[in-house]
Amino acid sequence: MSGVPLFPEAPTLRLAKARGPASSMLTWVATVDHKKIGIMYLVVSLIFFLAGGVEALLMRIQLAIPGNSFLSPGTYNQIFTMHGTTMVFLVGMPVLTGMANYLVPLMIGAKDVALPRMNALSLWLLVFGGLFLYFSFLAGGAPSAGWFSYAPLSEKAYSSSQGLDYYALGLFILGIGSIVAAINLIATIILFRAPGMSIRRLPLFVWMVFITQFLVLLALPALNASVCMLLMDRLLNANFFVTASGGSALLWQHFFWTFGHPEVYILVLPAFGMISEVIPVFSGKVIYGYEFVAGSTVAIAVLSFLVWAHHMFAVGMGHPIDTIFAIGSMLIAVPTGIKIFNWIATMWGGAIRFTTAMLFAVGFLVMFTIGGLSGVSFAAFPIDWQVTDTYYLVAHLHYVLFGGTIFAVSAGVYYWFPKMTGRLLSERLGKQHFWIMLIGFNLTFFDQHLLGIIGMPRRVFTYPDLPAWGTMNMISTIGAFIMGVAVLVFAWNILSSLLHGEIAGDNPWNAWTLEWATSSPPPEENFDLLPPIRSRRPLWDLAHPDDPDWKHGH
Amino acid sequence: MDTENTIDRLARGDENRLAMILFLISEGVFFLFLIIAYAFFHASQKTGPTAANSLEPLTAGAFTVALLGSSFTMWRAEKNYARGRVSAFRSWLGATILLGSIFMFGQGREYFGLYQKNVTVSRNVFGSSFFTLTGFHGLHVILGLISLLILFGLAFQRSERPQQSAVRTIALYWHFVDWVWVVIFSVIYLWAVL
Repeated sequence: MSGVPLFPEAPTLRLAKARGPASSMLTWVATVDHKKIGIMYLVVSLIFFLAGGVEALLMRIQLAIPGNSFLSPGTYNQIFTMHGTTMVFLVGMPVLTGMANYLVPLMIGAKDVALPRMNALSLWLLVFGGLFLYFSFLAGGAPSAGWFSYAPLSEKAYSSSQGLDYYALGLFILGIGSIVAAINLIATIILFRAPGMSIRRLPLFVWMVFITQFLVLLALPALNASVCMLLMDRLLNANFFVTASGGSALLWQHFFWTFGHPEVYILVLPAFGMISEVIPVFSGKVIYGYEFVAGSTVAIAVLSFLVWAHHMFAVGMGHPIDTIFAIGSMLIAVPTGIKIFNWIATMWGGAIRFTTAMLFAVGFLVMFTIGGLSGVSFAAFPIDWQVTDTYYLVAHLHYVLFGGTIFAVSAGVYYWFPKMTGRLLSERLGKQHFWIMLIGFNLTFFDQHLLGIIGMPRRVFTYPDLPAWGTMNMISTIGAFIMGVAVLVFAWNILSSLLHGEIAGDNPWNAWTLEWATSSPPPEENFDLLPPIRSRRPLWDLAHPDDPDWKHGH
Repeated sequence: MDTENTIDRLARGDENRLAMILFLISEGVFFLFLIIAYAFFHASQKTGPTAANSLEPLTAGAFTVALLGSSFTMWRAEKNYARGRVSAFRSWLGATILLGSIFMFGQGREYFGLYQKNVTVSRNVFGSSFFTLTGFHGLHVILGLISLLILFGLAFQRSERPQQSAVRTIALYWHFVDWVWVVIFSVIYLWAVL
């Protein structure tokens, strides 16, 4: 990169970074480097993903045939509660925070995040919050009232084991960690952008992370306050959600979903961001409608705080309120649809390279659209009354969060793994991973739409031998184990590529954003030199001095 | 002092302040939900102890004046430190700590009185929401007092005096805790009188 004009690097802290020999455990445990912390976030979420996955398989074994007795009802309740809680708080949120932690400073040309020690704090709150939650299995039983723990089931009178105390305190610890991370990422994006990296030139992933962290900042305190009240009820005999002594079980539902609906977008917006980086690079085109992708995110974020009660149509809030929340919820389909069309338009006429990352991105588009369509059907409350709390809902949420978030994160992992490790993941194993996962995922969840429509309720530990129920559940179970195989292929791909993968070089995909301007993996301070940032694609400008983007006003 | 250090120092102050502002936004939401819970139960509590028949708005008002006064003394402390007047800073900071402690004494006195009348967190929804809301506020005041005491201790050191940004950042937190109390005082004590 000689001959490139030098720009002063972004100001940063000169904290003592990792000391001592580079290979010791202590350099990881004591690190304040955003790249190491980001990787630890990813490893922690992968471990919890395996735990949550094993819980899912246990449930599928139990449900494989009617009247099965593999798990006891009480154990089944603990397992489905921990599966949901794990996947939301210990996989979905940390995997996205980890990616953001690793990538945001690199993408904006900074040396580190704004508050490196706070960054380490948020990671360790995640680790110990997760361990704390799982310790409940040893302390007399895990929480068993579902991931949203509705009162009064979550109260002492109905859940007398300590599981829900672990749930409430565990989520409180994790919530504080998430807020700390959000503060850090917002401050980093506001203060630490390299010269030239204006807000209109930010990579879309950074845009989405920025918006998402405001959702975290405003939504997680609502959960924290709610679990504090639940704890007061359980430990000090307060009466917040105890209907018998004047409290209100319904208040918990309103409070929880005021957090819970923005949470859905916390889990999916950064995934949109990854898709918005992967699709343009492998289509060989700039993103179609940058402003619309960014702006529609703001619209989604604002709307997400106004639609919480669509989770509560079955409560009986009355026709006017139901109607208002139905309309609000359907409105969200507009900015989301805009994004889908932007991504399709980006691919349209492009020179598409079907790498594994791109396959997962396209898989995301199709799976997420299916989940989005069933989501719109839920917003029509008569349909919701019919299928709420059935397997139709289970199918919907897995198409959004697995077909959406996990497929997008997989695309992101295949895309950025070479930057993080210096080695490419195997494309051969990657393509196997993708196709096995796609088949397994659809086998597992597609027929659950039908199962829900014909009336199978969710969260039941077994079911009678009604026509088709056994067959469809068996198909789901087979699909779940095929997904398990796909995860093993993925794990094998990571391990073998770490040891023997092809050396990546700085920019294996010919991508355009700043993280590809440094070595793979980047040095401790990220950049020796920064290329000039005069457009959204600084590396394109560098490679094409005769036709740079900034001449076209991008 | 070379240029790079200056840049580092400037950036450092900015990120502390910005982080505190963002943190206080999230704290605001946290208190908002506790306040909503209190207000929600205010209407439904008809019998037993309520805000109207258990609390002493005048006494609480007097201690509220102490807390608001501490916002003023904190502001003076901050301004004096910015101008390099360390001894004035110490005095105003000491006054802030004193006023904050008086407020906490008031809360302790109030809690003890209520406890003697058997108004507790488990008695009814008024007790639950009152003690949770004011208790979390008291916890924030205590954390603020600890931060102020650390500043106070550092202010007596000869070499490593606290950075400007540390003083400004903790002052922000202290003002937030004071003004949240204005909202809580209005919702609990003034609403009880009305």
